[in-house]
Amino acid sequence: MAKSNILARTGNEAMAEAMRQINPDVVAAYPITPATEIVQIFAGYVADGLVDTEFVPVESEHSAMSACIGASAAGGRAMTGTSSQGLALMAEMLYVASGLRLPIVLADVNRALSSPINIHCDHSDTMMVKEAGWIQIFSENAQEAYDNMVQAIKIAETAKVPVIVTTDGFIISHGMERIEILDDSVVKSFVGPYKPENYLLNFDKIITVGALDLPDYYFEHRRQAAEAMRTAGAIIMDVASGYQKISGRSYGLLEKYKLDDADCAIVAMGSTAGTAKVAIDNLRAKGLKVGLLKPRVFRPFPKSEISDALKNIKAIAVMDRSDSMNGQEGPVCLEVKAALYDKSLNKPVLDYIYGLGGREIRLDEIENIYNDLFEAIKGKSKDKITYLGVRE
Amino acid sequence: MATEKQSKPGWKKLQEGDLIIGGGTAKEFKTGDWRSKRPVFIPEKCINCLTCWVYCPDSAVIVKDGKVVGFDYEHCKGCGICEHECPVKGKAIKMISEKEAKANEKK
Ligand code: SF4
Ligand code: SF4
Repeated sequence: MAKSNILARTGNEAMAEAMRQINPDVVAAYPITPATEIVQIFAGYVADGLVDTEFVPVESEHSAMSACIGASAAGGRAMTGTSSQGLALMAEMLYVASGLRLPIVLADVNRALSSPINIHCDHSDTMMVKEAGWIQIFSENAQEAYDNMVQAIKIAETAKVPVIVTTDGFIISHGMERIEILDDSVVKSFVGPYKPENYLLNFDKIITVGALDLPDYYFEHRRQAAEAMRTAGAIIMDVASGYQKISGRSYGLLEKYKLDDADCAIVAMGSTAGTAKVAIDNLRAKGLKVGLLKPRVFRPFPKSEISDALKNIKAIAVMDRSDSMNGQEGPVCLEVKAALYDKSLNKPVLDYIYGLGGREIRLDEIENIYNDLFEAIKGKSKDKITYLGVRE
Repeated sequence: MATEKQSKPGWKKLQEGDLIIGGGTAKEFKTGDWRSKRPVFIPEKCINCLTCWVYCPDSAVIVKDGKVVGFDYEHCKGCGICEHECPVKGKAIKMISEKEAKANEKK
């Protein structure tokens, strides 16, 4: 690899870089902290003539997604970026995009939802739209943010399902790291030209988009969308294996870190997975068998892969960077538990709701979670749900 | 009920994303059956200004060789805009109730 391909980039810069190389037909966006930079940098690429993209500066995120839907239905490759309240404002249109099976890619920088107003990281925004019919891919660092964006466009267009790629607000979006990017030409040939089968600007084959579906058709169309999400897992794996060939970096639906012989495991998504790896190395040095399961893809939920990966683990902690406000566990924990139940795996599963509104998560806190798990194996009762790091 | 379900395509056969392929498909979708009033054309009063044809929101005024010849009752919704807009004194279009129209048909 040429030396110039190794760069110092923040997560936002890495995502903008991927978008430059993808060179979409349309980017429609509205600024919001901490995602603003992605589209701001990209607007610079447009102004400098580095891309052929039509940049549409809209008046709201609802309009941003609407413009992307229009562009995508017309036959263009459309992308956008947002965060938090912006994603919330887009929510209505996210359902329209997935229902119309439009392969839009959205970079979402995870940020807490109001109220109280807060600009820092948690996963509440992405979790809020987990039922919107979008594939969700979480990134651990700037490198993954770049790699995931390049793969996302191919995944979306193959599955005809839109994709959200997330980073963690400020932690990844504004943290500068060493990343390796691919040559422009390599990305260009990997993503290829976008060739939709049906699109509005094809005057040789007229279509209607968004017709009314009454009780006699709506159910069948929802069933199709549900199936598309089910089969997306295999497409994500296919794209990952193609990406490995051009980048040397391998991706799956999930990542295991020192998990196979572990007694205790943490399940964590996003940047915390990186912190957990350091905690694991520290504890392994003391002879403790601990590991990590990092779901990279949250939608579709890799149910059987997760239960397979956890089947020999004696006690599990799920780290939820958002709360479901449902009187029970957070969203990730509930789904992990459901996966275990289906394989009749009954073992202690503890939920740790942490990091809300950007509350720092420290190494010693993660190491303490493993201590809790060893206690749980011994049958010492632990709280099923812990609000980690909150002042009592 | 079951047979009605069977007569429509299952989810595997439907066009993905609720797309409808081909133009002009609204023609096949008959929307006139819930009309409570219908326009009746009075040709001797008509000056063929085509105002009704321009205003009809459902393209239900039938024109042949530049002249109004009647209405497409499979798509006319009975809104009465054509009658309202007709500039002729005494109107060349008269809205009557469907009940009255059905009774006339039986005569
Ligand atoms: S009643 Fe309304 S829908 Fe029917 S022909 Fe007149 S304008 Fe058209
Ligand atoms: S608006 Fe009246 S006069 Fe004009 S074409 Fe229609 S029916 Fe005839």
